[in-house]
Amino acid sequence: MTEPLPLSQLAIGTSAVLREYPKAGAAFLRLREMGLLPGTTLTLVRTAPLGDPLEIKVRGYHLTLRKTEADHVLVEPVEQ
Amino acid sequence: MSLPQHIKTPSRTPVYALVGNPNCGKSTVFNALTGLKQKIGNYPGVTVERKVGTAYSQHGQPMTIIDLPGAYSLAARSPDEAVTRDVLLGRRADTTMPDRVVCVVDGSNLERNLYLVHQILDLGRPVILVVNMMDLATAAGLQIRIGRLEKELGIPVIATSASRGVGLIELKLALSRTDLPLPKHRWEVPAPIAPAVAELQASLQDNDGKPPLIARAEALLLLTDQDPVRVAGSNPLSPTTAASLQNWKNRFERTGTDWSAILVGARYDAIAALAATCVESTDTPHLRQSTSDKIDAVVTHGVWGWAVLGGIMTALFLSIFTFAEYPMNLIDAGVSALADAVKANLAPGDLRDLITDGAIAGVGGVVIFLPQILILFFFIGLLESTGYMARAAFIMDRLMAYVGLSGRSFIPLLSSFACAIPGIMATRAIADPKDRLTTILIAPLMTCSARLPVYAVIIAAVIPAEKVGPGIGLQGLVLFVLYLAGIVSAMVAALVLRRSVTKGKASGFIMEMPRYQMPPIRDLLIGLWQRAWVFLRRAGTIIFMATVILWVLLSFPKAGEGESQLDASIAGQVASAMHPAFEPVGFNREMTLALVPAMAAREVAVASLATTYAVDAEDEAETEQALRDQIAARWSLPSALAFLAWFVFAPQCLSTIAVARRETNGWKWPVVMLVYLFAAAYIFAGITYWGAIALGL
Repeated sequence: MTEPLPLSQLAIGTSAVLREYPKAGAAFLRLREMGLLPGTTLTLVRTAPLGDPLEIKVRGYHLTLRKTEADHVLVEPVEQ
Repeated sequence: MSLPQHIKTPSRTPVYALVGNPNCGKSTVFNALTGLKQKIGNYPGVTVERKVGTAYSQHGQPMTIIDLPGAYSLAARSPDEAVTRDVLLGRRADTTMPDRVVCVVDGSNLERNLYLVHQILDLGRPVILVVNMMDLATAAGLQIRIGRLEKELGIPVIATSASRGVGLIELKLALSRTDLPLPKHRWEVPAPIAPAVAELQASLQDNDGKPPLIARAEALLLLTDQDPVRVAGSNPLSPTTAASLQNWKNRFERTGTDWSAILVGARYDAIAALAATCVESTDTPHLRQSTSDKIDAVVTHGVWGWAVLGGIMTALFLSIFTFAEYPMNLIDAGVSALADAVKANLAPGDLRDLITDGAIAGVGGVVIFLPQILILFFFIGLLESTGYMARAAFIMDRLMAYVGLSGRSFIPLLSSFACAIPGIMATRAIADPKDRLTTILIAPLMTCSARLPVYAVIIAAVIPAEKVGPGIGLQGLVLFVLYLAGIVSAMVAALVLRRSVTKGKASGFIMEMPRYQMPPIRDLLIGLWQRAWVFLRRAGTIIFMATVILWVLLSFPKAGEGESQLDASIAGQVASAMHPAFEPVGFNREMTLALVPAMAAREVAVASLATTYAVDAEDEAETEQALRDQIAARWSLPSALAFLAWFVFAPQCLSTIAVARRETNGWKWPVVMLVYLFAAAYIFAGITYWGAIALGL
C-alpha cells in the first residue's frame, strides 16, 4: 500500500485510485458528477506548458482541472 | 405508482427536447433532423441561445424540437445548464414543457454521458436514447449491445453515427411513434437521504403544484444543488418547500451526511451496473496511444504548443484581412452603385441625402464587415468543432489566471482584434457568469480593425518615417505600441474588474478535452448562415436607426452662406459646447468635433476630420494624403499623441454597445463599460498630452 497524496503531486503518466474528496464546493460536486468518485481509477496525462492546469484521463475521456482543485483530491498511486 | 405505462402523443404538435453532454454530436443530430427549419433567439431574460426547429415524421407530421444547451448535469453550473434544467422541469413560463425527451450520448464515452440520462429518466417523461458516435465506439473497441440497453431501460434506444447520416431514419421512426413507453425506474434513492427526498417531494406536490415524478426529480436535484444557479424567468420555490429544504440541509450538516456524494455515487453505481451488462470492451485502449494523444503531444507541448498556437493565430489574422478583401470591395462597390442609382433617380434634397448619406452609407459601412465576421466565425467554428479550441484554452489558462480569468476567455479576446462584436458573442462559451461579464467588458480594449484607419492617418501625419533600429521603423513601432497598449490595458482592466465590480471566487478550469474530430462542414455552414442572418437583421434595424439619427444631427439646421455644415449642425454645436472639456487633454476643436460622429464607428473620425478641413478631393487616397498634410500642419505632436491614446480606450462604436446590451440583457453593464472606457480614454489622453509636453516633444 502506498501513501495517499494530492492529485497535484502525482507524477505524469502514473495511474492512481481516488481516495478522498472535499465535501463542500460547487467545483467538487461537478468533479464528482464528471465521474471522479472515491475508488475511481485515473491517470495524470500531462500538465499544461506552464505547469497548470492538469489533464487527467478518467472513465475513458480527458478532463482538465487546476492545481488549486487537484490539491484537495487525495489519490493512491497504483503499483505499475 | 398509478401513472399510465404509456403516454399517448398529445393532440397538438408534439414538443421534443434534445439534450446531451457537450461534444456528444447533439448539434449534428439537431441539424440533421431540422435542416434550415430553425429559429434562433434568446431565452427572455437570459443570454442563452434558444434553438427551436421543426422536423417531419415519416408520415409528414410536424414535430417541434427544442435543442437545449449542452449540459453535464441538471445540477446547473452555468446559465446554459440552468436553462436546460428549467425547461426540462417545466420551470420556465416562456417555454412549453417538453412532452418527450431525446437524450443524445457519445457511445465512445458512455458512462459519463449516462449520468445526465440517469437524471432525466427520473423525470417520468417518455425518453428516446440516441447512442451517437457508434463509429468511434467501434473503432475504440467497444461493443454496445443496443437491444440489451433497450431492455434494461425500457425505452427505445437508437444507434447513430450522425455525422455520417447513419441511424437517422430509425431515429425519425422512433420520434413518430404515437405511444412511447415510460422508462423503467429501478433506481432506489439511497437510504440515508430517502426521508429527505420523500418530504421534499410531498411538499413540491402540495405547495408547488408539481406532478409526482417531476416533484421527485426536483427533490433529488435540490439536495445536490449546493450552489444553485438561478436564472431570470424561472419560478422560485414556495416558502414551505424552501424551509423544508433548509431544514434538511442543516440536519445533514450536523450529522455529517454528505448527501451529494451519496447521490452521485449511487447514480454512478447504477450506471456501472448497466454498463457491465451492455458494453463489452474487446480492446485494451489504455495500452495504445490514440490519434488524439499523438496530436496532443505536439499541440500542448512546452515549445511546439506555443508555435502551433502562434501559427494558427497568424493564419487567422492573415485570412481575415486577405480573404475578406475581395468580397469587401464587392460590397463597397455595390453600396456605391446603389447610392448612385438613388442619386440618379431622386431630385436633390433632404430625402435624397437621408437615403444616400444616412441610410445607405451608414448601413453599408457596417455591412462591409460581414465578410470579416463570417471568416472569423468560420475559423472559430472550425477550431471549436475539431477540438483545438479546448487545447488553446488549456495552454493559455495559466496566463489568463494571473488576471483572474480562465483559458476560456482567450478565444473571445482573440476574436476582438478583428471586431469586438463577434468577440463578445463568442463569450457565450464561458460557463462562469462573472468571467463572461469581465471578458465582455474588456473585449473593446483589443485593437479592432476599425481603429486602423484612424491610427494610420495620424501616425503618417505626425510620426517621422525614420528608422529606430535595423528593419524597425518608428511609425511601425508606434503602431505596435498602440496594439500593445490595448492588450496590457485589457489585462489590467480584468485584474481591476475581478477585484471590484465582477468580484467572485476564481472559477477554476474543469473542462472536458474532447477527442479531435473532422470538422462537420454542414453544421458549420448552417451556423454561418444563421450568424449572417442575425447580423444583417441587426444592421437593418438598430444600426439603420442610429445612422439616420446621426445624419439628422449632422444635417440640421442648415448652414448659412460661408459657414460649414458641420459647424452649423446640432452635432457641431454639441462639439463646440464639449470643447472646453477636452481642452485640458490637448484636443483642438476639430478633434472634439470628430468625436461626435465617431460615436457611430471609430473610422468615421477620419471622414469627419476630412470634412472639417474642407478637403476638396476626388478620391479616398487623395483625401487621406491631403488630410495627413492638414494634420501635420495644424496639430501639435502632443495633441496628436493624445488623440491616438484616446482611441486605444474610447468605446466609440454603437454596435459594440448594442451587442453588449443584448448579451448582458440590460443597460447596466454597457453603461459601466462606457463609463470606465471613456474615463480611461480621457485620463490617458491627458497623461500622454502633458507627458509629451514635459518631455519637450
